[in-house]
Amino acid sequence: MIGRRGWVSLASVAAMLLLWFVVTTATGLVSPGRFPSPADFWQSLSQIATRGYAGGALANHAFHSLRLVVLGFLVAIATGVPLGLWMGWSRRAEAAINPIFLIIRPIPPLAWIPLAILWLGLGDAAKIMVIWFAAFVPSVINSFAGVRSIDRPIIEAARMLGTPRWRLISEVIAPAASPMIFTGLRLSLQAAWTTLVAAELVGALVGIGFVLNMAQQDIYPGMILVGMVTVGVLGWATTMLLGRVERRALAWNVAGRD
Amino acid sequence: MNSPPLRIGEKLIWGMLGLAGFIGLWTVLSACGIVPRQFLPSPLDVLSRIVQLTTSPFAGATLPQHLASSLQRYAYGVLLAAGIGVPLGLLMGWFRLLDDIVTPLFDGLRFIAPIAWVPFAALWFGTGIGGPVLIIFAGAFPPCLINAYRGARFVEPRLIEAASMLGTGDLRMILEILLPAATPSIVAGLRVAAGLGWQSLVGAELIVAAAGVGFMMVQAQANVATPTVMAGMAAIGIVGMLIDILLRQGEAWMRRRRGLEA
Repeated sequence: MIGRRGWVSLASVAAMLLLWFVVTTATGLVSPGRFPSPADFWQSLSQIATRGYAGGALANHAFHSLRLVVLGFLVAIATGVPLGLWMGWSRRAEAAINPIFLIIRPIPPLAWIPLAILWLGLGDAAKIMVIWFAAFVPSVINSFAGVRSIDRPIIEAARMLGTPRWRLISEVIAPAASPMIFTGLRLSLQAAWTTLVAAELVGALVGIGFVLNMAQQDIYPGMILVGMVTVGVLGWATTMLLGRVERRALAWNVAGRD
Repeated sequence: MNSPPLRIGEKLIWGMLGLAGFIGLWTVLSACGIVPRQFLPSPLDVLSRIVQLTTSPFAGATLPQHLASSLQRYAYGVLLAAGIGVPLGLLMGWFRLLDDIVTPLFDGLRFIAPIAWVPFAALWFGTGIGGPVLIIFAGAFPPCLINAYRGARFVEPRLIEAASMLGTGDLRMILEILLPAATPSIVAGLRVAAGLGWQSLVGAELIVAAAGVGFMMVQAQANVATPTVMAGMAAIGIVGMLIDILLRQGEAWMRRRRGLEA
């Protein structure tokens, strides 16, 4: 059942939509060249969904961007998590690698975009590089912190039972550190989307950021709004998906459930 | 967790080794020509480019001038976000109805990456100061609002009960009970906002600006001037770090003054 809170929220969203209609369509307070009316939005949406815009249908652009985020994310996990685990395991590795991180970390992922384009051009590789960068640092730091937070007796017990090293890592250390690792991934997912959209705005040939870029150049407010909504929906959907994966993977971790 | 901490000397040695390895690899890669020098200048090239940029202009201004125009926009955007986000968050923490009205709208907007506002920013403001300010605002606003709201919402109930028993009105309740009690949370939010705002600034300047460090980097990219791109990255990293250190100091000072543990 919807409580009082739910009704107020529904009313609020409805009022906002009504306000949108009133200022753009009914009164013309905001000119259609500045912000699209609901009808403009709908027309742009149906145009890109069926006939396509900026060289492809909405599904193509969205799929392309989604694929890049997932790829960059997987590469970041595959490289960042082992490095973080290693740094957590070995004090020497920590001492040697930390200073490098101190230098690189303050540079925001977005600031790597011009360099990525110089090195790799306007194609997918440059985007994967910047997404990798956005997600790599949080995965390293959180895996590292995850290993450091493991209770000593757990490791000692495993050692006492003669667990070989690789099983110790894959069956004790990595699972015990995984709640922290997932925290890092959640933080970096939004960063990955921001970085991808920025990279596609700066230079791309396909993707949601490219749609936004073309719509900006064509002065096409309806399509700009379609692009923005798509970015929001994709960000929301991937966050939900990651949450599901996390709950599935950490089903054993009762404390992690809220 | 595992081995005991290293002694300070040993830690220093490993740290030096790590840095030397990193810088050495970078130098070797650029010197021996595996990667063309045009695309990977040596660390020394970048350093000398930074020194050079302090006096000779690139893309219409010297590096300090670009930094000054970036910082000005940044200050406007972050101050605007704090000026709207913190009061709104406090009000939402006190008036339940306002909370129910704003929260669904806010949640809907939150998933749109700040950078996706770029086309509208360009449409509304051109490449002037308004466009980047809007994007910085979009990046810095959510943590200001969320932390003020949480801070106000989780005030010790007894404080509120005592105050309302004494007949405190809404305005005094917000200014004299909620605001002081929420200050630690607000300050933490401002620090996050400052970091996100700095990120958004860089993104905004890459696309909608005619001055600033981000603009300089994009121009350098178009001219394949890799040392200038890297000089821009260094400037962004250093200034971002300084802002963070400054705010950390401020936060620690505030906590000490209030008798909290730093």
